[in-house]
Amino acid sequence: MERLEKTFARLAERGETALVAYLTGGYPSLAETGPLIEAVSSAGADIIELGVAFSDPLGDGPVIQATTQAALDGGATAAAVLDIVAGARENGVQTPIMLMGYCNPFLRYGLEQLYADAKAAGADGFIVPDLPAHEADEWLAAARTHDMAQVFFSAPGSSEERLRNTAARSRGFLYSLAANGVTGVREELDPGIDAYLERVGDAAGTLPVCVGFGISRPEHVRALRGRAAGVIVGSALLRAIGDADTPAGRILAASRLVGELKEACR
Amino acid sequence: MSGRFGNYGGQFVAETLVGPLEELWDTYLAARQDPTFEAELDNLLATFVGRPTPLTRLRRLGADHGVTIWLKREDLTHTGAHKINNAIGQALLAHRLGKRRIIAETGAGQHGVAVAAACAYLGLDATIYMGRVDAARQEPNLQRMKLLGAEVRLVDLGTATLKDAVNEAIRDWITHPDDTHYLLGSVVGPHPFPSIVRDFQSVIGREAREQFLAVAGQLPDAVIACVGGGSNSIGVFSGFLDNDVRLVGVQAAGDGSGRLGHHAAPLLYGEPGVLQGMRTYLLQDDDGQVLLTHSIAPGLDYPGAGPEHSHLKDSGRVEYLTASDDEALAAFQLLARAEGIVPALESSHAVAAALRLAPTFPRGSQLLVNLSGRGDKDLTSAIAAIGQRREHSGGTA
Repeated sequence: MERLEKTFARLAERGETALVAYLTGGYPSLAETGPLIEAVSSAGADIIELGVAFSDPLGDGPVIQATTQAALDGGATAAAVLDIVAGARENGVQTPIMLMGYCNPFLRYGLEQLYADAKAAGADGFIVPDLPAHEADEWLAAARTHDMAQVFFSAPGSSEERLRNTAARSRGFLYSLAANGVTGVREELDPGIDAYLERVGDAAGTLPVCVGFGISRPEHVRALRGRAAGVIVGSALLRAIGDADTPAGRILAASRLVGELKEACR
Repeated sequence: MSGRFGNYGGQFVAETLVGPLEELWDTYLAARQDPTFEAELDNLLATFVGRPTPLTRLRRLGADHGVTIWLKREDLTHTGAHKINNAIGQALLAHRLGKRRIIAETGAGQHGVAVAAACAYLGLDATIYMGRVDAARQEPNLQRMKLLGAEVRLVDLGTATLKDAVNEAIRDWITHPDDTHYLLGSVVGPHPFPSIVRDFQSVIGREAREQFLAVAGQLPDAVIACVGGGSNSIGVFSGFLDNDVRLVGVQAAGDGSGRLGHHAAPLLYGEPGVLQGMRTYLLQDDDGQVLLTHSIAPGLDYPGAGPEHSHLKDSGRVEYLTASDDEALAAFQLLARAEGIVPALESSHAVAAALRLAPTFPRGSQLLVNLSGRGDKDLTSAIAAIGQRREHSGGTA
């Protein structure tokens, strides 16, 4: 939690939006994930969201689904992703790392053990898209025990009451969905996003709000600057990585996009 | 609302769907208190679905053992399977929700056909997701859905079967939560679907109970039904849960080897986990990844089962066993030749289990099998499978 809190505090002081970069753990391979984490971290990502693959990623669109399947084919497991986190910390990566994954692999690992091992590996918290705040008692207990962040979501259709309850239960930040639907690159931000983010901000109070889903370009980021504490970019980054042919090319593509997006955060 | 069946059930969904699920539950509870909704549903069940469906006493099967087997004939509903009971109920609910776009998933195609028919009758738009593998083995139902005006979207992901069709339907719903109702076809998924679908299917159990008492003067000694997601079985069991009646759910043993990936029997070989919005028994590996399944019956080819079944298993109220592809095919042929009824391959699993259990019952026992659907949709694939087995056994099968 502390690493995350310090990051948001530092950026708030500078008036910068946090750039949260999503990578799928194990994509394009387990071996390349560590170097990609280091690269996006160096290029300016403030927080890394690292995906733990699941066979049925219901909240994800085609790009992340495909990277997830590639990760599974390459042997990605929760344990393997924790090893990647530990390796990144050994190599000096200081950026907060949030583990993103669906309920079942985490439950299978065992929540108490998972949070203990994730803490030991150097992860900072969990983002679980199929875990609404009202189903999360056990998860929150483990998060508190191990001082980890536990991020819940707000959606455009969330009622005021749910927004308040969800924000009250979130630890670290609130993940605000910019649009209904699954992850994926979208051409334009929803025109109603300003009013929605105002509602979310009111409910969240001092809790940082990060906006994700459909954010792929510097102009999206610029449009959100000052309206949220952070922006989350996933599919666009993975697509850039997937389009490159060599490990060096993938590092370059990821660094370049993250650099451009971070520039728009300032 | 708890949405729980013991340790199972719940609402493990994207935040986007929490609001629509709450709205669905509130609307449903209000509808069930509203005499006009009940009257409309009863009228449609009688005049469109064709209820009540009869009980048929089998003349030959079971007679060798002195046991009487009865069938509850859900195959005689309009569209040929129990799925229409729930489809018409939820389509009425969609009207109350003010949602004119309906999405649904289908495995065997029976739910898809029921949704397409209900939507055509009530003037709703239907989009049906179906795995490409299932579409290939259930071609007649694919054509029926299209004829009834539904848009059918084929799914190539995963094993391209029922689970993957559900995933795509959920993704569609997450994208269009405001104007779309997801007409889920079994007692699976997040709360309140397992409760709503059970309630709409409980008409099977209510009728069966009354009819059995009327014709036999007693309750059956056992009620047997197949379990994929588990809606026909929950429907018929619900009429007998409070009585001293043996309840048997039959899952798909696939090739009968018991090897992972070769069956679809999570209630026997799975462990509790979370998939598609619910906590339930699930076929999964040591890392929590959902496993491939196999059954000759597409409607049973699913790695989970409804959360109420998981609870009924743990509590011991229902016993779950399996029937293999071969046993189902044998029952399929036997029921056709001996009794003049061609059952769906799904229902054939229940018939197979009844035939296996018959000798274990005392003479004079009465067994009730829920015949959840008819086999027209399966003719091509079943006859091909029977032909293959004949070849392998040198023509003596």
